[in-house]
Amino acid sequence: MSLKIFIPLDSASVALGADDVATAIAKAADMRGIDITLIRTGSRGLYWLEPMVEIATDNGRIAYGPVTPDDVDALFDAGFITGGEHPLSLGKTEEIPFLKKQTRLTFARCGIIDPLSPEDYRAHDGWAGLEKALKLDPADIVQQVTDSGLRGRGGAGFPTGIKWKTVADAPADQKYIVCNADEGDSGTFADRMIMEGEPFVLIEGMIIAGIATGATKGYVYTRSEYPDAIRIMTEAIDIARAHKVLGPDVLGSGKAFDIEVRMGAGAYVCGEETSLLNSLEGKRGVVRAKPPLPAHEGFLGKPTVVNNVISLCSVPVILDKGADFYRDFGMGRSRGTIPIQIAGNVKYGGLFETAFGLTLGEIVDDIAGGTATGKPVRAVQVGGPLGAYFPRDLFDTPFDYEAFAKRDGLIGHAGIVVFDDSVDMMKQARFAMEFCAIESCGKCTPCRIGSVRGTEVVDKIARGEDPERQIALLTDLCQTMKFGSLCALGGFTPYPVMSALTHFPNDFKPHALDIAAE
Amino acid sequence: MSLSQTVEEISTRVTAICDDLAGLEGPLLPILHEVQETWGFIPEGALQTIAKKLNLSRAEVHGVASFYHDFRHNAPGRHVIKICRAEACQAMGGDAIANQAQRKLGIGWSETTPDQSVTLEPVYCLGLCACAPAAMVDGKLVARLDNDRLDRMIKEVRS
Repeated sequence: MSLKIFIPLDSASVALGADDVATAIAKAADMRGIDITLIRTGSRGLYWLEPMVEIATDNGRIAYGPVTPDDVDALFDAGFITGGEHPLSLGKTEEIPFLKKQTRLTFARCGIIDPLSPEDYRAHDGWAGLEKALKLDPADIVQQVTDSGLRGRGGAGFPTGIKWKTVADAPADQKYIVCNADEGDSGTFADRMIMEGEPFVLIEGMIIAGIATGATKGYVYTRSEYPDAIRIMTEAIDIARAHKVLGPDVLGSGKAFDIEVRMGAGAYVCGEETSLLNSLEGKRGVVRAKPPLPAHEGFLGKPTVVNNVISLCSVPVILDKGADFYRDFGMGRSRGTIPIQIAGNVKYGGLFETAFGLTLGEIVDDIAGGTATGKPVRAVQVGGPLGAYFPRDLFDTPFDYEAFAKRDGLIGHAGIVVFDDSVDMMKQARFAMEFCAIESCGKCTPCRIGSVRGTEVVDKIARGEDPERQIALLTDLCQTMKFGSLCALGGFTPYPVMSALTHFPNDFKPHALDIAAE
Repeated sequence: MSLSQTVEEISTRVTAICDDLAGLEGPLLPILHEVQETWGFIPEGALQTIAKKLNLSRAEVHGVASFYHDFRHNAPGRHVIKICRAEACQAMGGDAIANQAQRKLGIGWSETTPDQSVTLEPVYCLGLCACAPAAMVDGKLVARLDNDRLDRMIKEVRS
């Protein structure tokens, strides 16, 4: 029997050389006359070990990593195809502590299956949630999702079931499911990973959303920075259509649903749902005032569910295993699991799916293992460019929507970016304002003008021009932006700025900022 | 090459692109992407044709084309290097990499070297945040970028 070797096709793994490793392994096997089947999977999300190669043995999969093409001959010499010992041996994949400690519900198959094999997907319980949903009354599907406690994983944390009910109750000749895959937050890559590693689960979640709400058309709006995710999603949709999972008669149910992938054009603000809808319609990606809610008047004025990738990908397991099963994970009003993305200056960076409730300190010190540079951790930005910077003093904050809000932060799309003690927090505050200025859609004044003024004020503090007055001005400006902006871009930019100022006041003494030339 | 394209040639090709995609719901972004794919930028002459085909004003099409960072209004160099400038890459020395790229190429952001070989663009997150700093060279991703790797990358595209 041909030996199965698994190598990720995930774009981060490829950026670290996975394609070259695959080529080297195929060539070496050929030279040695060994019959192998190379299977390209998604990533397990253990990025410090990528490219990670796995071998199927009778005892489960054995992993080796990080592998370079130069290691391949030595690996064959060491008998890695039968799980032989080598300095790059990691033992059984499932036993690697970073993976073993996780609760993988949404990412259950990511890194295990061939992303574009519907047979592989089905063999790993794929389509089970959809098949159950097709036997239910649409209102019962909505009820299941509501009962599961699932909240929007894009960052806003709005209860998914309530959003679905609003759309289900809205009378219209056409409704839409729009998947927000415009994952622009630095430090986040969960959407990219699942679209590249397990695209059918997103398709399954979107179909269930469609059946529950009466929508027959779905769009995946994703970023031009994610070409591999776009290619894999598009292929997966074609395959699902060929297998009659998508189309006029979903799995023989008589219900119709189809999906199209659309590519953004490098505008961060299009991750905001109303701006995304304008962009999808072919307009400038400016924010719309709410109301009307997209659930009432969304894409082309029709009732539209706009859900994040991870929210939709969590739906199949809820339908398959039941609302209670999912709700039993987590804490407080944050139910289920959350794929935490550990990024920046960390020893063990990657995706860690777990029930809500771990403290920030456990994540940063225990799971991420501190910094890659070996220096002390000084600040952690949680929730992307609009999230607050947390100092070590707040490391007891549990990963939970409300707990972070209580400490003037947010969990956002659950990305955490770790900085060592070389970070200049005034520079980070300036960057937050600069980023807002670059990405502002221009519709509301606090964001459009405030961000430019914010950058200038920080520069004045740096130059020592009446710094105390400037700090008061910056604080006041942040208040205006927070309460006066139309959307989260202008409204949340104060989080990184004010958290930097509050928790790291000594960094706001006049000094030269090491700013990259514009 | 774009410079040798006549107004008629642009109009003919853009008309074909519009005919292909106008049936989509919200066709303007897919059309603009296809136009940029064809020429590497959005030629001035394309706007009028698109406007006419979609029954929009030229100003509306210009408004959309100028809103998004991706759409270029001039031909780029033969190679495009995008360097991530967002926080996760900053945490791993991304600013120093960005500075070095500018110095080596002798250009600023969104500029092209005088020999037309390289355009340098900023990008805010490529989703490689657990293996930062990251860059994209002609659509190909590079992770854990360091000075040596950057130098080699620049040498390769300029050779």
